[in-house]
Amino acid sequence: MSHDHDHHHHHDHDHGEFSELSDIELRVRALESLLTQKGYVDAAALDALVQYHEEKIGPRNGAQVVAKAWIDPAFKEWLMSEPTAAIASVGFEGRQGEDMVVVENTDEVHNMVVCTLCSCYPWPVLGLPPVWYKSAPYRSRAVSEPRSVLSEFGTELDDSIDVRVWDSTAELRYLVLPQRPAGTDDWSEEQLAEIVTRNSMIGTEVVVAP
Amino acid sequence: MSSAPGPDATVLPSLPRDDEGPVFAEPWQAQAFAMAVHLHEQGHFTWTEWAAALSNTIEDMGPAEYYEHWLATLETITTTSGLTSADELSDQRDAWQRAAEATPHGQPIELGAEL
Repeated sequence: MSHDHDHHHHHDHDHGEFSELSDIELRVRALESLLTQKGYVDAAALDALVQYHEEKIGPRNGAQVVAKAWIDPAFKEWLMSEPTAAIASVGFEGRQGEDMVVVENTDEVHNMVVCTLCSCYPWPVLGLPPVWYKSAPYRSRAVSEPRSVLSEFGTELDDSIDVRVWDSTAELRYLVLPQRPAGTDDWSEEQLAEIVTRNSMIGTEVVVAP
Repeated sequence: MSSAPGPDATVLPSLPRDDEGPVFAEPWQAQAFAMAVHLHEQGHFTWTEWAAALSNTIEDMGPAEYYEHWLATLETITTTSGLTSADELSDQRDAWQRAAEATPHGQPIELGAEL
C-alpha cells in the first residue's frame, strides 16, 4: 500500500468537499438499487433484515435452548431426538436453522463445530458467525489439531476426553449442548441462560459458573 | 419468529454482541448479507445452491475478506439467473460514482444527484 485512501475526510486533496464511495460500496449500492428498481428486492424489507440479524438474533437464543435443556429432562430428550422441532417450539426457527443437530458434551466427549467449506452456521440460535469462525486457520486447524485450537480459547481438556469435530454443511447445522457447571443446581432457567456463552455452543469453550 | 422469553429489548436495550466487535465490520457487509437472505426468501436460490456458488467464488478469487466473497457470489448468482446483467451493474456503478462526486461531503449520497 503506497498510501491510504480510506481517510479522505482528513485530507481532501483530490476530491474537494465532495463525497467518495469505495469500489466495494459502489458494487453493493449498484446491486441493491438495480434489484430494488426491478422489484426483486424491497428496500424496507432489506433494512428490517439487517436490523433483525444485528439486534434480534444472537447467541442469547441458543443460550435459552441450552438452559431449558438443563432444567427440563423431557425437553432435553426431545431436543436430542428432534432438535429442529424442539428448537422451533422455543420460537427460534427459519432461515439457516432448518436442519439442526444437537451434540451433547459429557464427561467423556467434547464436541466442537466447524465449517470447513465456508461458514455454515446456525444463525437462528447463534446469530451471525464470529470473525474467527469464518477464518481459514480455524476452518483447517479445528479439524487437524482441535486440542491446540481449544487451548488457544483457554479450554484445556483432560486427555481422557474424546474430542469430536463436526463439519457443518448447507443442510446440517450443529449446536453444542455444553455441560451444566457444578454448583448451579438451584439456579433458575433465566440465571442459567445468562452464563451460556456463544463459544460454548460452538464448542470452543466450556460453560463456567462465575 | 416469536419473541424470546426473558428480558426483551425494552428491558435490555443492548443485547450481548459478538465479543470481537460488531457482527459486521462495515455497513455494506450487512447490506450484502441481507440481500442474499432476501433473495433466498423470494425463492431465487436455495442455501445449497448458495453454498456451492460461494465455494466456487472462493476457489476463483482466492483469499479475500469473507464478505468480499459473499458480494462476488451475489453478483454472479444474480447475473447468471438473469435478475440483472454485468452491463447493467457496471452502468449502475458509474451512476453511483457520479452521484457521489456530485454530493457535498457529509450529505447522504442518492442516485439522481448526478443528473
